[in-house]
Amino acid sequence: MDDLATENDRLIRYREDDPVDHAAVTVDSFLDQTAASAVRVEPGDDARELIPHLERLALVEVNFPAFGDGRGYSSARLLREAGYEGELRAVGDVLVDQVAYMRRCGFDAFDPDAPLNEQDLEAALTRWPEVYQSAADARTPIWSKRHA
Amino acid sequence: MYLYDQYDQAMVDARVEEFRDQARRRLEGRLTEDQFKPLRLMNGLYLQLHAYMLRVAIPYGTLNSRQMHALADIADKYDRGYGHFTTRQNIQYNWIKLEQAADLLADLAKVEMHAIQTSGNCIRNISSDHFAGAAADELVDPRPYAELLRQWSSFHPEFSYLPRKFKIAVIASDTDRAAMRLHDIGIQIVEQGGELGAAFYVGGGMGRTPMIAPCIKDFVPLDRLVTYAEAVLRVYNRYGRRDNKYKARIKILVHEMGKDAFTEAVDEEFARMLDEGIEPPFAELERIRTFFTDPAFEAGASEEIDRTDPDFALWVDRNTVAHKAAGYVSAVISLKPVGGIPGDATSEQMRVMADLAREYSFDELRVMHTQNVVLPHVRKADLHALWTALDGAGMGSPNLDTIEDIIACPGLDYCSLANARSIPVAQKISERFAASGKTEALGQLKLKISGCINACGHHHAGHIGILGVDRKGVENYQLLLGGSEAEDVSLAKITGPGFDEAGIVDAVETAADVYLRERQDDERFLDTYRRIGMTPFKEALYG
Repeated sequence: MDDLATENDRLIRYREDDPVDHAAVTVDSFLDQTAASAVRVEPGDDARELIPHLERLALVEVNFPAFGDGRGYSSARLLREAGYEGELRAVGDVLVDQVAYMRRCGFDAFDPDAPLNEQDLEAALTRWPEVYQSAADARTPIWSKRHA
Repeated sequence: MYLYDQYDQAMVDARVEEFRDQARRRLEGRLTEDQFKPLRLMNGLYLQLHAYMLRVAIPYGTLNSRQMHALADIADKYDRGYGHFTTRQNIQYNWIKLEQAADLLADLAKVEMHAIQTSGNCIRNISSDHFAGAAADELVDPRPYAELLRQWSSFHPEFSYLPRKFKIAVIASDTDRAAMRLHDIGIQIVEQGGELGAAFYVGGGMGRTPMIAPCIKDFVPLDRLVTYAEAVLRVYNRYGRRDNKYKARIKILVHEMGKDAFTEAVDEEFARMLDEGIEPPFAELERIRTFFTDPAFEAGASEEIDRTDPDFALWVDRNTVAHKAAGYVSAVISLKPVGGIPGDATSEQMRVMADLAREYSFDELRVMHTQNVVLPHVRKADLHALWTALDGAGMGSPNLDTIEDIIACPGLDYCSLANARSIPVAQKISERFAASGKTEALGQLKLKISGCINACGHHHAGHIGILGVDRKGVENYQLLLGGSEAEDVSLAKITGPGFDEAGIVDAVETAADVYLRERQDDERFLDTYRRIGMTPFKEALYG
């Protein structure tokens, strides 16, 4: 159980509900069975295949095997656009310099391979006074403020 | 031109502080070089052969005299007193220290400038027609659309870790002065049934696999422009290849999927996105447009030009371009002195250009993708005074679009990717043709040199292109003919075996001589090549 404890130490959640208590399955096995409520999306997976099943999902983990592979940002955002309201967790090579963009794409939990420095995380998430685009978060784009 | 409001300024200021923090963490060893690299690249900072190079964004090539003065001050304060204007309408500095980079960015932010997304696998600085707002042949000024896209693409949360870099150009006339179809997205603002819209060309590019972008949508309504661009980017981000960096540009995706299947994928994404609230309101485009209204042109400005001085008359003929306002021209400042480094300017020359822009061109300058600078709105009556000042500062070369107006990448003199030097070849060619006096006879002849297959010097698009390669440890130069980046876009073809440094200069002259022998009527080099084909050139070169 040491592994689980370590994992919980690193887990950062911006949600009030309790985390799902079982491991996420692959997209293929999720589509094959009805029981799982947690799924892990790899960069090459088509997250859209999950859309017919969003109601039974409580956790979608999006894996970043390497931080430079940005497919997970699109996976996250298109799930939010489709109405997914469960936990969206970025896992893997998740670094502090990417978390602000991840939040904007709809991630509300992070389980990074290496722990994030708390101060750096706070700075990253409060740094941007404004945003230029509408995305999967609730922030008001600059163009909307200009024409409010 | 566009001016920041408090929002734009706040974003640029936040970026400076973010980078200052990232550079500090790198210097403290808390970020590895692998982790830091994409962060510094997205702030324009490259590691070159000898030092860091910093590329500053000049959105759609437009800047004012205060900004040009700031660029000059930066050259003196952080570099060695000069800068290099690039084929992306930007400027780069070659001798930057990492410890000073954040301070440099802070200095830029004070004049509403930045280095955001001038490198890295993200949406790069948007380029446009350097004669925008001045050209006699434009439908509308394309820059408001470029600015709208600049803001949309800045700090885009979904598209900052793309498979590869992503370049967008926007034009609004049938004459293409921005190499639009050699971009990842080329946009032409067009009119259909009295309405303005955007034609989208997707999947062009140079590099090692040059491709001309096909038109995937001939009319996107202006109130869907950002959404359509977003749809293209999402398809690319999801499906663009990431297994091989040389196959990662969108041109490969479009090619492998086929234009029709790619277009269908974009259209599906676009349809889903329409209700997502992605598009800024039309009022935002209107707000941006107010920054690009015409300056107060003098009504009835004189059309007369005193041509008594033959050197001045030659410069007027070669370096000025028709303007939409009577009595005005756009005047091109050549950064291609014979034997010089294409695109380089000293801080003193930058200050001269800035002051001349304030005096004669409504405080506006443009950087051209051909590595020259334009004063877009000059009264014909002021041309002699302008030319006199430019000539005195070593910037009066009358060689726009001639064989001396060479595009060249930095090459092996600076660049860690290069296989061969570009600059000395450009210098020798301009010296050869200036000395022989053939420049005049050759007329329009666009010569472009790249020091490696990444094609930063646009050799695929040269009427004559030169590609430097490494052949068993020796610099070798291939000759290409027949390219064009303009509305008659085409990709140049290799003539045959390459040449050494002296040989390539001779080879260019041989090709030029074939043209002079074979041309009919008013044919340009390119026209003659297209008519007679490669064979006569091959015979002369290798026969």
